[in-house]
Amino acid sequence: MRAVSRIAASVFRESVRDRVPYNLVLFAILLISSSLLLGQLTAGQDVKIIKDLGLAATSLFGLFIAIFIGIGLVSKEVDRRSIYALLAKPISRTQFIAGKYAGLVLTLAVNLGVMTLALYVVLGFMTWGTSPELQSAWDAPGLDPALMKAVFLTFVQLMLVTAIALFFSTFSSPLLSAALTLGFYVVGQFNADLRNFDTVVDSPTAARLARGIYHVVPDLSAFDVKLQVVHGLPVPAGYLAATTAYGLLYITAILLVATFIFSRRDFK
Amino acid sequence: MSPRALGLLGPWLAVVALAAAIALQVARDRTYPRDSRAIAERALYVRSGTVLQRLALEFDALASDVYWIRALQHYGGERLTRERARNYDLLYPLLDITTSLDPYFTIAYRFGAIFLSEEYPGGPGRPDLAVALLRKGMAAQPEKWQYRHDIGFVHYWHLRDYKAAASWFQGAAAQPNAPNWLEPLAAAMLNAGGDRASARLVWGQMLQSEEEWLRRNAARRLQQLDALDQIDQLQEIVRRFPPPEGERYTWEYLVRRRILRGIPADPTGSAYRLDAASGTVTVASDSALQPMPAEANLRLHAP
Repeated sequence: MRAVSRIAASVFRESVRDRVPYNLVLFAILLISSSLLLGQLTAGQDVKIIKDLGLAATSLFGLFIAIFIGIGLVSKEVDRRSIYALLAKPISRTQFIAGKYAGLVLTLAVNLGVMTLALYVVLGFMTWGTSPELQSAWDAPGLDPALMKAVFLTFVQLMLVTAIALFFSTFSSPLLSAALTLGFYVVGQFNADLRNFDTVVDSPTAARLARGIYHVVPDLSAFDVKLQVVHGLPVPAGYLAATTAYGLLYITAILLVATFIFSRRDFK
Repeated sequence: MSPRALGLLGPWLAVVALAAAIALQVARDRTYPRDSRAIAERALYVRSGTVLQRLALEFDALASDVYWIRALQHYGGERLTRERARNYDLLYPLLDITTSLDPYFTIAYRFGAIFLSEEYPGGPGRPDLAVALLRKGMAAQPEKWQYRHDIGFVHYWHLRDYKAAASWFQGAAAQPNAPNWLEPLAAAMLNAGGDRASARLVWGQMLQSEEEWLRRNAARRLQQLDALDQIDQLQEIVRRFPPPEGERYTWEYLVRRRILRGIPADPTGSAYRLDAASGTVTVASDSALQPMPAEANLRLHAP
């Protein structure tokens, strides 16, 4: 466990050295400038749009971090030949993968935490500057705690994308890993359509195949509840729990396969 | 140029080059103006909301905000233009895409319906599209009484179908959380749909809306109703005190005779226009109350 946490801490330090936190500055500028401009453009929908923008930016920035750092987690060590020094130490390959993954998840958690805080600060400022009469027209309160549900599921989704990026990183080049992870992300967004493919095609074989792909490829659209929370619609706790459990099981499966592939890789 | 000189002058040269590019762009746009409507139409890119929803991945809500802002800019830009005929052709596609991307965007349905049903030149004058948009909202959130109320309103104000309006108001009243004034509103529609008193009732209720924009719109409509009442009174004065034979109708004549204390102004402060030949009183063309509602819709008294 100590080895895993040390590797994780080193991944986190490296992400800070790679200037990943700069995205937080960009995020803050984006939100603050938008909040100042939108009031004139949106016919009173500025708070809704700031929520949409903040949640979308949180997800997008997180996605960039997950993919573009995730794909280099293993390949960077191989390219720099530092993998030899690492594996010569009393660290198992499973610990190495787990540590790398935990480090990037920690980076994501810190980033998402700061971005969420910035979003709440901007929303708090906007709520403070709006009369209670106008606030009554909003679908949900400005400082709605339910926003955390969307942020939480985004985090689980990003954990899943990180696991996919790390998985590809164990056996392919960074460029190919990026393309494949991005491909999985896009397919994952459309995945829910495959479940009801039998209503579109007549062939039972094609329908079964589509349903099979639906179960194998991660259903990333399930993690998106941004629209619901922004409009104050209910997101049941059961749904949150089931989707989180689904994500965690999927992550476990991917990391196990990644460890299996990595443990069989010959670095001679 | 030596590396040291490039290091010193480089940033300044970059600023100069960028400034020159901007100046050239401004000069080119002035010399070769481009049709902004053609550009706007091109910028619609994809007209299918369903396709856009797919393309937007998990960012559909943000994409809907972008289309909402574009719909507002298109409507506002066309409404304010003085240089050419107003063209609201893109309004419905923009609103349709906005609401396909975010089916719960209540304001896009409600404001959109107001924009669409507004008579030309204030809007495209398409109450049919307004009803279609609101029905789309109803399909997404059937329990929202506001959509049924707004459809009733379009039937009342723009289509002058008071029976249909009453039926929609009743439907709205039957929804959960519907306000208690909807039932009397439906009854008023059936009794005296086309008079100014019922119009005041409808707009007075809109004035209680939670949405600021709806309240402002209702306040303006109530001012228009006040103006119509004032015009009726002024018209009566003009009829009773005509100018001497051979002279033209003027406010100054009525003021000189102390029939009026001054030149009468509408609720926004614009002087009423008095046609010198016929003596007809109207709201001035540059008044903020223009375009005024169709008179046929607003009889002074119920039939």
